[in-house]
Amino acid sequence: MEWETVIGLEIHTQLATQSKIFSGASTAYGAEPNTQACAVDLGLPGVLPVLNEDAVRKAVIFGMAIEAHIAPYSIFARKNYFYPDLPKGYQISQMDHPIVGNGHLDIEVDGVTKRIGITRAHLEEDAGKSLHENFHGLTGIDLNRAGTPLLEIVSEPEMSSAKEAVAYMRKLHELVRYLGICDGNMQEGSFRCDANVSVRPKGQKEFGTRAEIKNINSFKFVEKAINHEIERQIELIENGGKVVQETRLYDSAKDETRSMRSKEEANDYRYFPDPDLLPVIIDEEFKAHIKANLPELPHAKKLRFKADYQLDDESATILTTSRALSDYFEAVHKASGCEPKLCANWITGDLSAALNKADLEITESPISHERLAGLLARITDNTISGKIAKQVFEALWQSSASADEIIAEKGLKQITDTGAIEAIIDKIIADNPDQVEQYRSGKDKVFAFFVGQVMKEMKGKANPAEVNKILKDKLA
Amino acid sequence: MHTKSLSELSHGLQTGEFSSVELTQAFIKRINQHQDLNAYITVTEELALQNAKAADARIANKKADALTGIPVAQKDIFCTLDVKTTCGSRMLDNFSAPYNATVIEKFNQAGAVMLGKLNMDEFAMGSSNETSYYGAVKNPWNTNKVPGGSSGGSGVAVAARLAAYATGTDTGGSIRQPAALCGITGLKPTYGRVSRYGMIAYASSLDQGGPMTHSAEDAAIVLQTMAGFDPKDSTSVDLPVPDYSVNLNQPLKGLKIGLPKEFFSADLNAAMATKLSEAIDEYRKLGAEIKEVSMPNLKLAIPAYYVIAPAECSANLSRFDGVRFGHRCENPVDLTDLYTRSRGEGFGKEVKRRILMGTYALSTGYYDAYYVKAQKIRRLISDDFKRALTEVDVIMGPVTPTPAFGIGEKMSDPVEMYLSDIYTIAINLAGLPALSIPAGFINDMPIGLQVIGNYFTEAHLLNIAHQYQQVTDWHKQTPKGFE
Repeated sequence: MEWETVIGLEIHTQLATQSKIFSGASTAYGAEPNTQACAVDLGLPGVLPVLNEDAVRKAVIFGMAIEAHIAPYSIFARKNYFYPDLPKGYQISQMDHPIVGNGHLDIEVDGVTKRIGITRAHLEEDAGKSLHENFHGLTGIDLNRAGTPLLEIVSEPEMSSAKEAVAYMRKLHELVRYLGICDGNMQEGSFRCDANVSVRPKGQKEFGTRAEIKNINSFKFVEKAINHEIERQIELIENGGKVVQETRLYDSAKDETRSMRSKEEANDYRYFPDPDLLPVIIDEEFKAHIKANLPELPHAKKLRFKADYQLDDESATILTTSRALSDYFEAVHKASGCEPKLCANWITGDLSAALNKADLEITESPISHERLAGLLARITDNTISGKIAKQVFEALWQSSASADEIIAEKGLKQITDTGAIEAIIDKIIADNPDQVEQYRSGKDKVFAFFVGQVMKEMKGKANPAEVNKILKDKLA
Repeated sequence: MHTKSLSELSHGLQTGEFSSVELTQAFIKRINQHQDLNAYITVTEELALQNAKAADARIANKKADALTGIPVAQKDIFCTLDVKTTCGSRMLDNFSAPYNATVIEKFNQAGAVMLGKLNMDEFAMGSSNETSYYGAVKNPWNTNKVPGGSSGGSGVAVAARLAAYATGTDTGGSIRQPAALCGITGLKPTYGRVSRYGMIAYASSLDQGGPMTHSAEDAAIVLQTMAGFDPKDSTSVDLPVPDYSVNLNQPLKGLKIGLPKEFFSADLNAAMATKLSEAIDEYRKLGAEIKEVSMPNLKLAIPAYYVIAPAECSANLSRFDGVRFGHRCENPVDLTDLYTRSRGEGFGKEVKRRILMGTYALSTGYYDAYYVKAQKIRRLISDDFKRALTEVDVIMGPVTPTPAFGIGEKMSDPVEMYLSDIYTIAINLAGLPALSIPAGFINDMPIGLQVIGNYFTEAHLLNIAHQYQQVTDWHKQTPKGFE
């Protein structure tokens, strides 16, 4: 039988606020356990939550970026369950009235664009961490993370392969970082994914029974976990079994999912509006202010890059994946006045390769946009050739000198003096009569040999166009 | 000294008639003499004397506020830095908070001298102070009777003059009911007027702290210190605090008083009806007009309350899990055992009952039938009050169905106990301010008159109460043996 897969993702993004969603404690990662948990985070008797406006702002920024409905009225609810790392015995979350309603995100898989619906995004507080190691059979509780603001982004069940799911997750990951609302650090848990997966016979309308895979923290694992789960479900059904609704955990070490709890064992969370918090009212003024300060979104920027800079689709896509990268590109273009295409090629080519190799972000680039612009300007005005430019680039990476200083210091200035070039060419023609004979008898390929010889002789500094022209004349 | 009003005490302190240390010592002596009343859970003698000394210095520097140097006792629901805060529960028998409640902070800034922490029903759940882990509190008017609850210790501390004044909290009547049964004045402010930060939550949407005093005049002074917006409490209201004392002497001529026919039906105890009608006659004499009003949804207040309050408490009390603070059972074998035994041992019967009721009311399949419906009723009740308060200025009625009942009398019948609050609960559901003032005696036990006003009209309520106290002396009566 042919099967098709239905996938929906719930993604928890940690909002990059200074303090927690309901208290003034810091959200910085990696502090000593329980040093960033104040009385409110500890759930001590009598304390009360106060909503962090910045978390609301960041949620609204996200909602606008996915063209979603921003709820003028949203409320916080208590989700009740007992767990040692949940200090109050309930999590403050949103249930019936989330802050962000219906929106969408376009993904691209194998060159085809697909629109994925986003059902909702709601604000909630994170729990702490239970530490099971090094406590001699006991469990340690670290509440530093308790109260960290999360935006839970729930997609429609509209993805039909692990590949699509990963594309969606990557796109979302790009977006939240682009918007500056989440640092996207997956190792630190800033961006976590739960996947709802079901299968059904191809063509069937009703959904199959779904399993939810919890807490997958890398793109690679999402793909693996979903593919594994699809296989498990199909195999199960084909062997006469039935998928049960349950929560499963992905074990990356064993590359398998295993059951955590069934629907019957699931908690009744007894949601009800939190009486300690007032409804969140978002008025037009608040929205207008955010809208005015909203950065240009990746998709709009990509279209602009293609139209204004005549970039091809691939370059425009790469340059607009991150705000820092597109800013860098525009800065280089502006400072150098060079062809956008030349700027794009150097940034997506040599610079990106070097950054990748050194495991650096564009914001950490040893070559500032001014210094790269200086290099590109010298290519454009023919001071150096493209080949020499690569040497200068290396030097820019290693030092803090400008391209002009490097060119001057190393004597890399291109020779455009035709007299000097002619003299060298005459010498090479004289020294290589066999090759001259071959060329003249119609072996065009030998031309490259002459170019190479000239460049070698002139240490790469000859203007290639001039060399070509003179060579052609002399060999004719 | 212990019979003086707050303004007399302040005057005495500032003119050097007596010092704060002397005053504090006098109250501590009385507390020690009357330990059998069981009003206090914790007496902070040393701290009180320290604070009294500081207050005397402040007074000497002419920097005294109205409450500087005057001894107060706090309901043990307000968290106090480094002083045990039990909330009347075994669960918190070992708990002292690393912070002060905002209310405590305000009293500290005013230079008040805290004598200790007062007994109360466990987690403020009760109407007789019998659910306290620290035992029942005795009513000084008759030590076989309850003082009411949940602020029973507060009612008794003021009535027996074991503090110059006290604080209470009121979720369904917990200030007004003990005030009535102990013969003192108690004010529940508008929801949001007094910060709830550091006040251990029972039902967050209903809880409100307020003063328990000898007179409306005293209550005005105490509320002045307690009231105000608190950025740490999102439900506190950012409105300016008026001067509560300045209009106490406004004449009441033309005041329109509404008497809900649902309060004065045939169900009302005959002796109570007589006493209330005498009190209302006094108001008539003061120039007030009396009018009947109708609030048809009042009868739904108790069932609605006993869904909403337990629902909220079921979540509010989840934090008492034996993990971070409070009672933890001995040698738990696993997590479930830690939870069940810590909570099983730490909570008393009434608290457990309400957690169970609330958990049930919020469960899938019952939520709409109970919680959602109760919220709708709550809205209807608020609308009843709003409508009535367009016709009249204030509403008056009984505080309690009867005077204080006997200790042990209603403990086996929770529903009978819940009915003790039948006249007070609706006001919490509506979030309105209301006060209870002494209005006479039935069989030598005090009863109260309830005055309910519109939102944020505490100053007017205090004026209305004060005028009554100018022409009556019920509030000046002292139980025998406590003069």
